[in-house]
Amino acid sequence: MGMTFAQKILAAKAGLDSIDVGQIVEIEPDICLSHDNTAAIAKTFAKIGVSRVKDPDKFVIVLDHTVPASQEKYALNHKEIREFVKINGIRRFYDVGMGICHQVLPEKGFALPGRLILGSDSHTTTYGAFGAFSAGIGRSEMAVLYATSRIWLKTPESFQIVVHGHLTDPVSAKDLILHIIGTIGADGALYKSVEYSGEAVEVMSIASRMVLCNMAIEMGAKNGYCAPDDKTTAFLADRAEGEYTTVFPDDDAEYEQVMEFDASALGPQVARPHTVDNVSPVEDVAGKPIQQALLGTCTNGRMEDLRVAAKILEGRKVANGVRLLVLPASQEILLEALKEGVIDTLVKAGGLLLNPGCGPCLGAHQGVMAPGEATISTANRNFKGRMGSRDAEIYLGSPATVAASAVTGVITDPREFF
Amino acid sequence: MNKGRVWKYGDDVNTDVIFPGKYTYQPMEPAEMAEHALEDLDPDFAKAVQPGDIIVAGKNFGCGSSREQAATCLKAAGVAAIIAPSFSRIFFRNAINSGLPVIELAEGTDAIQTGDQVGIDFADGVVEHDGKTYGFPPLPPEVLAILEDGGLIPHVKKLLAASA
Ligand code: SF4
Repeated sequence: MGMTFAQKILAAKAGLDSIDVGQIVEIEPDICLSHDNTAAIAKTFAKIGVSRVKDPDKFVIVLDHTVPASQEKYALNHKEIREFVKINGIRRFYDVGMGICHQVLPEKGFALPGRLILGSDSHTTTYGAFGAFSAGIGRSEMAVLYATSRIWLKTPESFQIVVHGHLTDPVSAKDLILHIIGTIGADGALYKSVEYSGEAVEVMSIASRMVLCNMAIEMGAKNGYCAPDDKTTAFLADRAEGEYTTVFPDDDAEYEQVMEFDASALGPQVARPHTVDNVSPVEDVAGKPIQQALLGTCTNGRMEDLRVAAKILEGRKVANGVRLLVLPASQEILLEALKEGVIDTLVKAGGLLLNPGCGPCLGAHQGVMAPGEATISTANRNFKGRMGSRDAEIYLGSPATVAASAVTGVITDPREFF
Repeated sequence: MNKGRVWKYGDDVNTDVIFPGKYTYQPMEPAEMAEHALEDLDPDFAKAVQPGDIIVAGKNFGCGSSREQAATCLKAAGVAAIIAPSFSRIFFRNAINSGLPVIELAEGTDAIQTGDQVGIDFADGVVEHDGKTYGFPPLPPEVLAILEDGGLIPHVKKLLAASA
């Protein structure tokens, strides 16, 4: 019997020929990620009684969640992290301004095929877009990894999500993943390893595959996976931090479920408050007034996202009474967007450019909402209270839908602009 | 048998309503975290919760963020256990690692209401409510060992001391 991607990679890491679903293994991850939560992790680490991080080169730390510090508490948090990094000789440290961890890690060449990556952030699933096995863990577990470099993992069952056909512009990977989550539910893939395949995924850009894997967690998945190909190799060509070996599922692997979707008939989708699986076609929510539009985050802050928004906003203006926040996911993207004139277009249209980072996505600073307000956002979560007031609403959509809605001031079908 | 008073919630209780993101990057001790427990879901909870109380919820409890405070704040608030048909993966790990028992109970949770008394027998894997009993699967030994040591950090400390 063949093995799924999850079985193959966990078996390899555990030094086993084969592995059963449900089997618990103790492994050593290749790369571990933490961000602004590193100070708290460092405090837990201190309780273990091990004086130094065992293998500092395993750890990548990116300051992105509350950057630059908007309060003294955050500033202190960042200061403690810088000290921890220095004391422990952690070289792979990216200070404020480099971007969101899930963008910086691939850009710096750490998200590689066949790598096992764990992060104390739930959207660590993003690196599956490169054929890595990547999953979120908690802070105590990261502290233990500092001390021992080892952790236990259970081998998950796998789902195969096959997407036939092609998406039609401006329908994007975001609409597709919202549709998938809306169909199978917020717990539809609970604890599963989700392998995306099919024609639509094969033709997809790396950035779009990152959207699919980023949001795998929103249906409860342990990890997401797209088979690495020429596009992966091209992306990694000048970036890869070391050698890598691609890992593919066997043809006769056993899946708990195979689910098929058709991309060709799909239109823009929107997740309504307050759960990500509360999804409907944009037509059903069109006309809903918004006060804020957010373009960015680890889900949709990349060049293709900014470009499609700029295409819609070119020569137009953001509606009166709407705040359009623009957050490129990284410094690299900001520079490219500046060079291409995309930022110029977005700002001339009335967009407010914020620094690369998480921005208001987690509700800690920069552009949170007052009671009674609504935001249409390209982020991955619309939970109650996540972006400011618990009496505010978050709608999730694609960059095109966010841009179109920013122009009209109400949730709008972006196809009207194409 | 451990007995406790129930707080009942629905499906998909997410980490943002358990412990809001705005507090996530502020240094905080567990006792202070407990004051914000379930703040955006049930503002009465943190004021009225008693040590030994039990949370019973619907499917996919703890979905969303990896923030461990979602488990730590409930543990610090005195919650003795959480019972739900399913848990999000990271929350499940965080709860065990915080020394907070999580029980996956396939049936019986629908009938349980806020204020009810529920009994839990961890050794036999049984939940008792209103004269009825429901079995739950035991945790794997690797995981049980963490819980028995009071969480991941004391567990690892013990292992490191034993190997030193
Ligand atoms: S952009 Fe939002 S979802 Fe992504 S890592 Fe930052 S806070 Fe989390």
